[in-house]
Amino acid sequence: MALAADPMAPIAARVARVRRELKDVWTIDIEVGSGGFPFAPGQFNMLYSFGVGEAAISISGDPARPNTLVHTVRAVGKVSGALTRLKPGEFVGLRGPFGAGWPIDVAVGSDVVLVAGGLGLAPLRPALYRLLATRENYGRIVLLCGARSPRDILFRIELERWRRRLDIDIEVTVDHAAPDWRGNVGVVTTLIGRAAFDRHHTVAMVCGPEIMMRFAASELVNAGVSDEAIYLSMERNMKCAIGHCGHCQFGGDFICKDGPVLTYRHLRDRLARSEI
Amino acid sequence: MDMVQSDERSILTRAGLDALIGTLAARGYRVVGPKLRDQAIIYDDIAGVGDLPAGWTDEQDGGHYRLEQRDDNALFGYAVGPHSWKKYLHPPRLQLWSAKREETGFSISHEPETIPPFAFIGVRACEIQAIAIQDRVFLEGPHVDPHYQVRRAGAFIVAVNCGKAGGTCFCVSMGTGPCAKSGFDIALTELLPGTSEPIYVAEAGSEKGAEILSSLPGRAAQPAEIEAAEAVVTHTAAAMGRSLETAGIRDLLMSNLNHPRWDDVAERCLACANCTMVCPTCFCTSVEDASDLSGEEASRSRRWDSCFTMDFSFIHGGSVRASTKSRYRQWMTHKLATWIDQFDTSGCVGCGRCITWCPVGIDLTEEARAIRDAPAQEAKP
Ligand SMILES: Cc1cc2nc3c(=O)[nH]c(=O)nc-3n(C[C@H](O)[C@H](O)[C@H](O)COP(=O)(O)OP(=O)(O)OC[C@H]3O[C@@H](n4cnc5c(N)ncnc54)[C@H](O)[C@@H]3O)c2cc1C
Ligand code: SF4
Ligand code: SF4
Ligand code: FES
Repeated sequence: MALAADPMAPIAARVARVRRELKDVWTIDIEVGSGGFPFAPGQFNMLYSFGVGEAAISISGDPARPNTLVHTVRAVGKVSGALTRLKPGEFVGLRGPFGAGWPIDVAVGSDVVLVAGGLGLAPLRPALYRLLATRENYGRIVLLCGARSPRDILFRIELERWRRRLDIDIEVTVDHAAPDWRGNVGVVTTLIGRAAFDRHHTVAMVCGPEIMMRFAASELVNAGVSDEAIYLSMERNMKCAIGHCGHCQFGGDFICKDGPVLTYRHLRDRLARSEI
Repeated sequence: MDMVQSDERSILTRAGLDALIGTLAARGYRVVGPKLRDQAIIYDDIAGVGDLPAGWTDEQDGGHYRLEQRDDNALFGYAVGPHSWKKYLHPPRLQLWSAKREETGFSISHEPETIPPFAFIGVRACEIQAIAIQDRVFLEGPHVDPHYQVRRAGAFIVAVNCGKAGGTCFCVSMGTGPCAKSGFDIALTELLPGTSEPIYVAEAGSEKGAEILSSLPGRAAQPAEIEAAEAVVTHTAAAMGRSLETAGIRDLLMSNLNHPRWDDVAERCLACANCTMVCPTCFCTSVEDASDLSGEEASRSRRWDSCFTMDFSFIHGGSVRASTKSRYRQWMTHKLATWIDQFDTSGCVGCGRCITWCPVGIDLTEEARAIRDAPAQEAKP
């Protein structure tokens, strides 16, 4: 019997553009050719740096432009560092797309609140592109972003451009700022109570560090949003993304295939405990 | 060809068993079976019945394994040892592919998988279930593992119904043994008629098995021999070394995630990962990427990993499961509870290996019993 196609084998794709977003964050555009690379907002890929290794990276680009795959990477270690050092014309390995994405369809007819902490805005950006492309399907759209400092605000130019639109509410807050910052200071969860949305008809999408997601979710519940309508994107160690390596388990879920996006109702009890 | 009649049994002698091994080898199978090595019964390539551990048995208990001489020539008179068939179907270390840099990126070549089909001799009922469980992980999800698939597809399984319950066995509790009901090509029950040589009541479980069985020197089994074979497994079932109450175990464990017993077991557990290495159902792996010095060639391997290691759950800055308590809890709740959510079956087949090979003799049946006897009644996730 011959060996069937190996889901652990990446395909080679050309890097088209790399741009620096923040001190340690880069956005990498990858050409995927005429065949395209359809994906759902919130899904991720396994990006492979030749000979170095693989990392799970969310797709941060526009699903309406599937010929260019966009990822935003923070250099934190061996693989992510190597990915951010790629040059245009070089090749990156690609497997995906993986996982369950944001509830774009579930949210039709409702208000949508997106809460992003730090790099968490990257996996939410494809959802925002999709929501804005089909704007008439949704009620209010609210985007709440938190960053460590004004210098850490991801996609700042785009945020400023979106903010000029009259059909989306955007609030940004930072943890610390120099006196010349005139914006909000404080954690992103403080923006939730002040935001205007119809709590009975709202779908919330939350992405950021786990602790921030936990606080944001409980703040949303306090504001009257059902835990079933709150979606979080979970992060766990991942070695395969195909449900075989076992590393991403969170209770009974494999975050790679059952998630990464799951409802707060589903996650709630486990999130409240440590070391699950 | 005649349909396989499940009530047809034949008798093989030691010579017949040797002919079975020879026939399988002649047909291109790589025949593996139990063998004595380093004072344990392990699985390795075998050339004939002469390689089987005739006249040996094992004494097993928590953290304890010792071989002993039997007073007969039984070929299968012991329970399972530290190895399982997982080492063949899901090898401990495997190169998945290698890659070369090219003008247009890189090209991937897969290992030429010229793997001769395996014939496993002496597969116990619990091990058949363990293989079925790994089938669910690697073959029945959204993604198929081609490396497991290619090894599994050709495998010929000669089961042996257990004639002796091991000291740490609890297959009866898990509903997996001691008698193989399906999932084999041929099943044998060893009869030990007094001072004479053992004989084997053989049953075919597939057309391939029936065809091979009919080619072997043997005779039809007498009703008394069939009865004797049934008595063997009945007797084994009544002599289980351990038991585990499985009713409602998923909810029991998941509603006791903060039970003080987890702290208690953490005091004893060395987090050595032995239990996951010997377990026939544990499937976890890590992936390792490498390149040559020039950076022109690269490869990817995977190796067995364990939820008992610190790295297993590492994400930026620290491990999710940093304490031994949380890692033991992950292991046991996965085996007995969340596995059911994931694969609609328990992840434990009751083989007892994790108990025997635990250096400090931690026994999951006891840990589960302690929680059942004094549940903490939390809200269950
Ligand atoms: C679903 C998902 C989506 C992600 N999306 C993004 C994204 O869009 N942008 C981005 O910059 N990062 C993202 N990450 C995190 C990214 O995968 C890790 O930063 C990366 O794996 C770190 O690898 P390293 O070799 O650079 O770091 P090292 O610290 O050298 O990592 C050592 C090992 O730990 C594991 N590891 C470390 N941190 C993480 C982590 N946070 N998550 C999972 N495994 C980790 C990896 O297995 C890695 O091999 C995502 C993670 C997940 C699970
Ligand atoms: S958990 Fe222990 S008893 Fe159960 S299958 Fe694994 S090794 Fe055997
Ligand atoms: S018990 Fe641990 S090593 Fe075994 S399958 Fe579960 S997570 Fe993996
Ligand atoms: S990343 Fe391997 S099982 Fe989920």
